Parts: sequence; structure tokens; C-alpha cells
Amino acid sequence: MTDQVTIRNARQSDFDAVIVLDLVGDPADKPAYWNSIFDRYVTAARAGRIFLVAEQSGEVIGFIVGEVRAWEFGSEPCGWVFALSVSPRSREMGVGQLMLTEMCRRLKKAGVATVRTMVDRENKLTLSFFRSQGLRSGRYVELEKPLDDF
Amino acid sequence: MKMHKASLFALYAVLELASDPERQLSATDIADKYGISTHHLAKVLRTLVRSKLVQAVRGAGGGYRFTGVINRTTLLDVIELFETLESDLDAPGPRAQEGEAVVEELQSITREIDGLTRAVLDTITLETALNGARQRARINAQG
Repeated sequence: MTDQVTIRNARQSDFDAVIVLDLVGDPADKPAYWNSIFDRYVTAARAGRIFLVAEQSGEVIGFIVGEVRAWEFGSEPCGWVFALSVSPRSREMGVGQLMLTEMCRRLKKAGVATVRTMVDRENKLTLSFFRSQGLRSGRYVELEKPLDDF
Repeated sequence: MKMHKASLFALYAVLELASDPERQLSATDIADKYGISTHHLAKVLRTLVRSKLVQAVRGAGGGYRFTGVINRTTLLDVIELFETLESDLDAPGPRAQEGEAVVEELQSITREIDGLTRAVLDTITLETALNGARQRARINAQG
């Protein structure tokens, strides 16, 4: 099935398709959020900023966004994947794997040796996917606190 | 985290059987491979049969075979057949009211650890664990 899927750089014309594929968060906030992402990762694309889409028969069926980040709390430069989605009817066909593989290939080419991501622990689908691709708990621990008292 | 023996034996059995769902293995086959008690494993296998992850095949050449869904069943699904994974903060009571806040804080910390443990075990499917094991075997074989 995945032999008919092409992984390519996102274009401005993919904007509407990406919004439809983004199933996370408040729909009202999506256009503003994705406008800023397209501005930084598509229009003003730079080395180390990677926005890919999966296309099948002219239809965008998935996307992945990542970048090289460096020196956050002393971390060596590493690849960060911060958005990934596959159309529900195109899942379990290896589309996510194709996109992540291409993302990792490009991140490595950009000079990093590790890829990281952060996923809600209740998001079993995405966590299981990353696990299946060999990602494990890393040396950095995510911490948070509500700011009610400030 | 200290996993119960029954959970560990169940993971051995399920992963062994799931690695080739067409194959039937006896409790002794699996116990010998992992150096564990056949008697204890047989009891564990009865629980796995009741949960429908494993089927007992009777008769000559019989044994057990995997009947679950390899890319849907997680390590947690197997472990929770045998234990709850909730840390037991064995705080003896009754205690003075002044001690309550410390006990509550420690309970909150153990819940945090339990949550992380569950998040790991509930997102590793049998398929992912087997792929990892196969990759290790390949690396080990290469020396």
C-alpha cells in the first residue's frame, strides 16, 4: 500500500488539508496555529526545519513536522518531532513509518544523532506508534506545574 | 518496580507463543527455554487461556498457541491479569494528624511513579517487544 505514497516537503497549498488532518486541540485555534507553523517551516524554510506531508493519488493523507533544537538545558543538538498525524482511513498502512523514516533521514543529514518527541501519556495511539519505531524514554524528563498560584 | 513472578512468566509465555502464532508449545518447552518452574508456568498459562490470549490445544502433540492480537495487546494487558501495578505505600495507622500531610505527599509521589510505569507498559505492544527482541538477537549474533 505504501508504494503509492509519496513523502514530500509541505507546500502552502497543503494548508487546508493539514488543518483537516490535525485532530488535536480546539478547531477554532487551528488556523492561527498552522499559519504560524507554515510561516516558519514552509514559507521561511531553513535548514533544520522540516515539514513533510504524505501524498497518495494527489491527496494529502498525513504530515509530520520537526526541527533541530539545541542547548535546551544543556542538551546537545537533537531532532524534535512535534507534530504527526495520519488520516484515520489511511492508518496501519505504514504511512507514519514512511514519514518518520524520512524525517529521521533528514535530521541526521542536518547533523544530529538523536530524535526526540513529547506525547500526552493518554495518547496511546501515538505513543504506541513511536514505541514501535524504536523510541524510548530519554534522559530528559518533562516536568510541569499549574500556574494557579501566580 | 518489582514485577510478580507470575507476570514475568506470563510475559515469557505470551511473547514466546506470539512470536509464531501457528506454533504450539508445551509448558515444558517454554519453561525449559527460560529456566523457570513448569508447575508455576502451567498455573500462569491457565490464566492466559481464561483471558483468551492463549488457547490450549488438547491431544497428542497438543500444547498452547497464541490467539490474541499481537499489535493490539500491550505488556500491561498481560501484567494486569496478575497484578494491579499500584505501589503499596504500607503506612501503618492510626497516625497523628500532623503526620497526615507527609503520608499524603509520599502517596502522591508513588502515584506519579505508577502513572509513568503504566504509560510505558501500556504503549508497548507484543509486536513492538518482539521486534525489539529480534533486533537484539541480531546484534548479539553479530558479536
